[in-house]
Amino acid sequence: MLTILFDGIAYGMLLFILAVGLSVTLGLMNFVNLAHGAFAMAGGYATVILMNGYGVPFLGSLPVSFLAAAAFGLVLERLLYRRMYQRSHLDQVLFSIGLVFMAVAATDFLMGSQQQIVRLPDWLRGRVEIAGVGIGAYRLFLVIVCGALVIVLQGILSRTRFGSQLRAAVDDTRVARGLGIPTGRIFAATFAIGSGLAGLGGALGAEILGLDPTFPLKFMLYFLIVVTVGGTATISGPFAAAILLGIADVAGKYYVPRLGAFIIYIFMLAVLILRPNGLFVRGGGR
Amino acid sequence: MRSATASAREKARQAVADATRWQTPELAFWAVAIAAIFLFPSRHLLLNEIAIVGLFALSIDLILGYAGIVSLGHAAFFGVGAYTAGLLAKAGIGEPVAGLAIAAAVAAAVGFATSFLVIRGSDLTRLMVTLSVALVFVEIANRFESITGGVDGLLGISMGPILGLFEFDFGGTTAYCYSLAVLFGMFLVARRLVRSPFGTSLRALKENRLRAGAIGIPTARRIVTIYTISASIAGVAGALLAQTTAFVSLEVLDFARSADGLLILVIGGSGYLYGGLLGAIAFALMRDALSSLTPAYWMFWMGAILVALVVVGRERVVAKFAAAVDRLRGSGS
Amino acid sequence: MFRRHMIAGAIASVLALGGIAPAAAQDAVKIGLILPMTGPFASTGRQIEAAVRLYMAQHGTTVAGKKIELVLRDDTGTPDVTRRIAQEMIANERVTFLAGFGLTPLALATAPLATQAKKPMIVMAAATAMITEQSPFIVRTSFTLPQATVPMADWATHNGLKRVATLVTDYGPGLDAEKAFKERFARDGREVVADVRVPLRNPDFAPFLQRVADLKPDALFVFVPSGVGAQFMKQFQERGLDKSGVRLIGTGDLTDDDILNEMGEPAVGVVTTHHYSASNPSAVNKAFVKAFRAANKNARPNFMGVGGYDGMHVIYEALKATGGSTDGEKLVGAMKGMSWQSPRGPVTIEASTRELIQNIYVRKVERVDGELYNVEFATFQAVADPAKKR
Repeated sequence: MLTILFDGIAYGMLLFILAVGLSVTLGLMNFVNLAHGAFAMAGGYATVILMNGYGVPFLGSLPVSFLAAAAFGLVLERLLYRRMYQRSHLDQVLFSIGLVFMAVAATDFLMGSQQQIVRLPDWLRGRVEIAGVGIGAYRLFLVIVCGALVIVLQGILSRTRFGSQLRAAVDDTRVARGLGIPTGRIFAATFAIGSGLAGLGGALGAEILGLDPTFPLKFMLYFLIVVTVGGTATISGPFAAAILLGIADVAGKYYVPRLGAFIIYIFMLAVLILRPNGLFVRGGGR
Repeated sequence: MRSATASAREKARQAVADATRWQTPELAFWAVAIAAIFLFPSRHLLLNEIAIVGLFALSIDLILGYAGIVSLGHAAFFGVGAYTAGLLAKAGIGEPVAGLAIAAAVAAAVGFATSFLVIRGSDLTRLMVTLSVALVFVEIANRFESITGGVDGLLGISMGPILGLFEFDFGGTTAYCYSLAVLFGMFLVARRLVRSPFGTSLRALKENRLRAGAIGIPTARRIVTIYTISASIAGVAGALLAQTTAFVSLEVLDFARSADGLLILVIGGSGYLYGGLLGAIAFALMRDALSSLTPAYWMFWMGAILVALVVVGRERVVAKFAAAVDRLRGSGS
Repeated sequence: MFRRHMIAGAIASVLALGGIAPAAAQDAVKIGLILPMTGPFASTGRQIEAAVRLYMAQHGTTVAGKKIELVLRDDTGTPDVTRRIAQEMIANERVTFLAGFGLTPLALATAPLATQAKKPMIVMAAATAMITEQSPFIVRTSFTLPQATVPMADWATHNGLKRVATLVTDYGPGLDAEKAFKERFARDGREVVADVRVPLRNPDFAPFLQRVADLKPDALFVFVPSGVGAQFMKQFQERGLDKSGVRLIGTGDLTDDDILNEMGEPAVGVVTTHHYSASNPSAVNKAFVKAFRAANKNARPNFMGVGGYDGMHVIYEALKATGGSTDGEKLVGAMKGMSWQSPRGPVTIEASTRELIQNIYVRKVERVDGELYNVEFATFQAVADPAKKR
């Protein structure tokens, strides 16, 4: 029972790291970035290449996967995304799905279509017993890393100057710009960090979710679910949503396996019907 | 006073009449669609697919372009139509037109039942609500394997001749003519609908929901109505696919199908009814040409075209292409 | 704007539709190869394409005086697209053979066309047993899941495994495997303690494996589509199932040669039954593996690849036997009863079912020369598909 709960939390944490960047770009720039998963994939592949090709240890490759995806995000933001902020949602969808197609085919061309496998160090394999509850070592590691990230993110948002500028820009971009906040630079930085987090999520998630060129398409839905249920105004919203989803999904599949795949969708429908703007929204939301 | 009302009414009637008049490019479009039967005898199967996808995109246009409702789950109705038609044919009702009518009715019923979910909410919420409805349908179809065949698909569909007269042939000629006729029929319905006072009130609703409510338009009821009609048309498209390919599988309900439908509509432009049709032609031909050139990596070029389309601007791409064609024609003659 | 769209669209359409004019040489025999080349099952398509091209490179492109032309198309793994492409290939390209078919629904959607047009349809991958029953023109060069599963059940019985749980992916082949295993195992008086089904689109095995862990069976029989095996095996180990004494057994899809080497330690010691391993010691196979690796950046052939390779063999030999005839019935007739030495071992196409009779090997994952291989250590000779009534 507790094992299932823990598995659900770990899965939820992973979803959160993967989706949080999307939530911020959507909230901040009102930009529907379906290509978010492509950055996650970039991070995942960066880890695989580093580990299998250059013998970099797993822990060492994680920051690199963050940086690689962030750099990738920053370049694309400056080159392409920037021009899309003022466009209609539908144009943004078309644009970002085009990017996904390109990313899928290019990855396939460069890396092949087979599953990529991350070889974990020994201390992350296997299982530990804590108070009689069997817990996968890697899942424990996920919970610790992701938990720390959540605290750091929340700290940045609420304590730093960048954080308050970001929150101001999310609340009202025009007024923020009027007050002299460099919104363009904040957009770029946020986009890069969001992409980097996705990349880190891709690297961490390759072990559990698998990694192949169709990754961005396969998991697009999950990201969107987290963001929609959690709302886009805060960090805690998507976080709570991701954890809830993770637990609901894992527990559902464990207790009623024949209905397993339904649970996550029914759950989302119920939330959206009751709270059309997401579970955790300040005021009216968007 | 009375005469003023009368003349206003007359004006309105005139406006509607003007709006429903057929224009030359429209006539040309349908003329080309019919001429394609003779011009490209070897491509009828692809044309059939285009007609079906076009009809599906048209159904999305009705809700997106005219009522402002985005949907990522329209495949739910496409799939319901397809399974209805497939199951009917399997049960011995092999006459396609009857199957089509029943599929339309069933899809409309499902559309009506789910329409209440999209009355409220932001774009994103609606996207996700429609999406989850479609995903639930996929799971239902997967679960009820004994009826739907599950992942393996619905086997053993044998279609009778259309109206007892026209057999489906191997080259797809009957299929294309049939789909085109149905597409045209549905198009007429949609065209009449959006240019009627009902359509005008929808557009008012799309522009500003509050204001539309304030001048007495029953907004919720309008949305329910148009959503139901749109679902029904999507169901017809699905039924056409089931009937012309004699096979139904879970992919008819797939998320990718909803996404493609939306993509096609966005490529062609929404809100003038032809967007879905033109988008379907462009999308299908691009994919067909690219995937026969590089079967493994066509997605890259497809993506590049989409990105270019948005970055450069759809209007400019089309304008440039038209200019290039003009030049070609100029030098040719 | 509308007018612009119209004109541009019309011209582009004419170009695109008219651009592909099928012009076949008089003495050409075309093979329409339809595979999932993009999407989640792309690796199946790549393996088969590589093997097919290898066969053609090795055996030339002229058979019985006819020039062989390959027409490859991507169906993205969507049945209605497969069917449309097959139909166009028959009607426009005038192909003599249809081949490929990566997944069961893709083959099922196309089967009626093969019957209608009387074209031999060579199924090189899809493995649900009932496929060949859908058309008398279908010949299969891969395997069927019952064929690979029943020997596993027998092996489990002989090795004293009494309580076994099954875990399969919830679609045609998975259900086939589950059914075959249960029936055979029950016949021997043993007990299947749980039958867990995992959705096809399932990112995380955790809850399903936890169910198995709670039951503590002697062994877990697994079928997952090739590619997913790696993820599965890691989570199996992570959950500590290996340490608590649950043996992992399955069909060879689990330890797919394509990615086996990257799976690393968790895979070592896993016992599977299958019709092909890249480490098969025969000379035919050694030559095949060497040539395949040379032509494909050192990638290892897997069972998909061998299905494509043997499929081409069947096509070539049938053409030779009929003197280059393009008559579908004659060609299928020539394929029935055909025997040859495949890289997987000796095989025969059973005339009544159009399925391969082939050896099923029991293999164990071991490290050989620094790479992981499925090493064959026992053989079930000449196994016919047990799911067919005879």
